[in-house]
Amino acid sequence: MAKTLAEKVWDAHVVRKGDGEGANAQPDLLYIDLHLVHEVTSPQAFEGLRLAGRKLRRPDLTIATEDHNTPTLDIDKPIADLTSRTQIQTLRNNCEEFGVRLHSLGDAEQGIVHVVGPQLGLTQPGMTVVCGDSHTSTHGAFGALAMGIGTSEVEHVMATQTLSLKPFKTMAINVEGALRPGVTAKDIILAVIAKIGTGGGQGYVLEYRGSAIRALSMDARMTICNMSIEAGARAGLVAPDETTYAYMNGRPHAPQGAEWDAAVEYWNTLRTDDDAVFDVEVDLDANTLEPFVTWGTNPGQGVSLSAKVPSPEDFGDENAKAAAERALQYMGLAAGTAMKDIRVDTVFLGSCTNSRIEDLRAAADIVRGREKDPKVRMLVVPGSARVRLEAEAEGLDKVFKDFGAEWRFAGCSMCLGMNPDQLEPGERCASTSNRNFEGRQGKGGRTHLVSPVVAAATAVRGTLSSPSDLDPAPESAALTTDAA
Amino acid sequence: MEKFTTHTGIGVPLRQSNVDTDQIIPAVYLKRITRTGFEDALFSAWRKDPSFILNQEPFNAGSVLVAGPDFGTGSSREHAVWALKDYGFRAVLSSRFADIFRGNSGKQGLLAAQVAQDDIELIWKTLENAPGTEVTVDLASKTVTCGNVVAPFEIDDYTRWRLLEGLDDIGLTLQHEEDITAYEATRPSGACSRASMTSA
Repeated sequence: MAKTLAEKVWDAHVVRKGDGEGANAQPDLLYIDLHLVHEVTSPQAFEGLRLAGRKLRRPDLTIATEDHNTPTLDIDKPIADLTSRTQIQTLRNNCEEFGVRLHSLGDAEQGIVHVVGPQLGLTQPGMTVVCGDSHTSTHGAFGALAMGIGTSEVEHVMATQTLSLKPFKTMAINVEGALRPGVTAKDIILAVIAKIGTGGGQGYVLEYRGSAIRALSMDARMTICNMSIEAGARAGLVAPDETTYAYMNGRPHAPQGAEWDAAVEYWNTLRTDDDAVFDVEVDLDANTLEPFVTWGTNPGQGVSLSAKVPSPEDFGDENAKAAAERALQYMGLAAGTAMKDIRVDTVFLGSCTNSRIEDLRAAADIVRGREKDPKVRMLVVPGSARVRLEAEAEGLDKVFKDFGAEWRFAGCSMCLGMNPDQLEPGERCASTSNRNFEGRQGKGGRTHLVSPVVAAATAVRGTLSSPSDLDPAPESAALTTDAA
Repeated sequence: MEKFTTHTGIGVPLRQSNVDTDQIIPAVYLKRITRTGFEDALFSAWRKDPSFILNQEPFNAGSVLVAGPDFGTGSSREHAVWALKDYGFRAVLSSRFADIFRGNSGKQGLLAAQVAQDDIELIWKTLENAPGTEVTVDLASKTVTCGNVVAPFEIDDYTRWRLLEGLDDIGLTLQHEEDITAYEATRPSGACSRASMTSA
């Protein structure tokens, strides 16, 4: 029978087919190839194992890193926040006790869990990947079935290396055409979410397809898959291809030699069959896409950057109308305001959505030779210590510092403000992260989700801006990097 | 896990869609390493507003939350479920739940009952017209009752069965340990081998 990519990966991991009907129906039990762990959602799971006298079944398929709580300044000093320090110390103790490999603060492989897995070559096509973090969907960029799970499921995977999963429906997101300069993967996914809504993907695994997706780099595909959860989807993936293999080849944990050849042969089978049928198909035209930005307090509340803040009256549905009203009030915005007239206080370049090397390069290409709006503060937080080193080797740190931005150490940082990097009440931020929820980046903070190049252009002008709004830089800062 | 068969308690109308888990419990509370004690964290930002529903009697003593569509979106934090339970909620009604939130609820004995939006509207009206009205959520018959409103709700059969029986998920899976071991023995090497994983 013809299958979609997601169904192929699923079927290859069924440990025990679900059985029974009605009241006793049990779902399929799936094997998990890779379990990523961080300090926030694991302590209660480790404690659960301990209390039940259970072992961690496969330490060799489990890897941990410190990311959510870690400071991005003074990382050689003890963490000032005591509860953060305790949580990180708890992870260290647990990893020691249960034999889990851990990349701690200061380690060259430390960083956001979803940046670390791929860059080490641990994330591979056809795998099942889970993590106690909703942005695990990032790893779908490799053609892996990657899902965020809660702490009870983290404990379940620790104890059994499996998960009972409800069957999913499949949705194709077809993005055809070529992106215009200054339009990026981030704009694709923000437009997708605006189109299908924050619940549109609920119960589905999304597969991103089409010429515009095929043309994207791995870093860009990760940006798209990362935000699948923002459309409510269980997971999102892209079929592996030569771009995937070129990215993976030579990474520390990628197969080598004859194993590599065998792996590629298998990975080449990980395509949706031509005659497979998706439950739903959604089309997006890449040719006409513009830079996208959110105006509200959920990721579905977005518009083209050239548009105006919508009015609640624009929404037919009563719930959407009420949500828009509330969002405008929280965001301190009046309907009808041009998005480009909105002034920001802070620009945050970072998070598991947009903190990889290409994101930093793309933003650096915009700010190089330009001056930052003096009223704007800009934080640049590489996704991992490795990305930071790579960027420094290319001199990007200097570009950002010369521009007037702060060059920080790796972690989740201001995406969710569990460390000291937070917005003040009322502070407005253009952020390359994934969630514009109320208070997400700090109590009372106001978030506009944008791409790295829009973030950079915004830091130059002080108002939400696209790269095309900028005057030419004094010493030619033309776009030299492909849109990330 | 504690068994869940039926529950009756004061209904709390939360007329809002897209209640994300950052609202249910802000990230600052996620630094704790315990599984309990999150009652003060529940909706902590919204509870600073005196007009928020949980700051009003008798809703502050509620145990059935009746929310708008797309409840529990965003972060996978199970702390959201712990906070709802610690506060005293035993069930949440919504026309659509985020997948991860619904999964987390099922693991923790919080009933996430999917009720049609039209019925949610009727329940909201009942609760607003007569604050303190109790809502009964009957898992055996999959019905919710509030005043004159009697509505069906949906929940997947497996979660329902586990809730009714109070079964521990891990214990259930470990009954199939032989299957897991058998699968592990046949895992293809090469493409999926990570023998090198423990060496940096």
